[in-house]
Amino acid sequence: MENIIFERIKKEIAENDVVLFLKGTAIFPQCGFSAAVVQVLSQLGVAFDDFNVLEDNDIREGIKEFSNWPTIPQLYVKGEFIGGCDIVREMYETGELTDLLAEKGVSFNAAA
Amino acid sequence: MAMSASEITNMIKEALPDADVRIEDLRGDGDHYAAYITSAAFEGKSRVQQHQIVYAALQGKMGNELHALALQTFVPNA
Repeated sequence: MENIIFERIKKEIAENDVVLFLKGTAIFPQCGFSAAVVQVLSQLGVAFDDFNVLEDNDIREGIKEFSNWPTIPQLYVKGEFIGGCDIVREMYETGELTDLLAEKGVSFNAAA
Repeated sequence: MAMSASEITNMIKEALPDADVRIEDLRGDGDHYAAYITSAAFEGKSRVQQHQIVYAALQGKMGNELHALALQTFVPNA
């Protein structure tokens, strides 16, 4: 049963440059940590696919095994797992996030 | 069922005996902590891998009994 879920996850992260698995949506994040990552991405003007795990329990649990990461939110860029709220925020503050986006050819507004 | 700061520290130290662990109770509810962990085990590892080492030490508690653990991991300076 698990690989059907993994296949769905792989498809989602392959079809979208930036995918955020979060609780809620980009417009209405329903958890502080999810909201923090949405804010970072919005400030950088990064377009992303917001996948609401609250509406899909298979993915909500499956994503944790897929990335061996026990919590939500989870950010993926070009199919690669980048991290959860702590790591995304830390990378944003150190400039590593924008370096990564540039390296992977994902557009963002550099002025941020 | 929340966790105490000492429980978290003990579990991490069990897995990482050399670790220096500092825990901050963010809200006093036993559910929202910040942890600052220094260990040689993090050397050469990406942030994701470093945090995964800590989550493994917490044996599945992360995301269950422990709702929020703001993690910062460091390598001891040589």
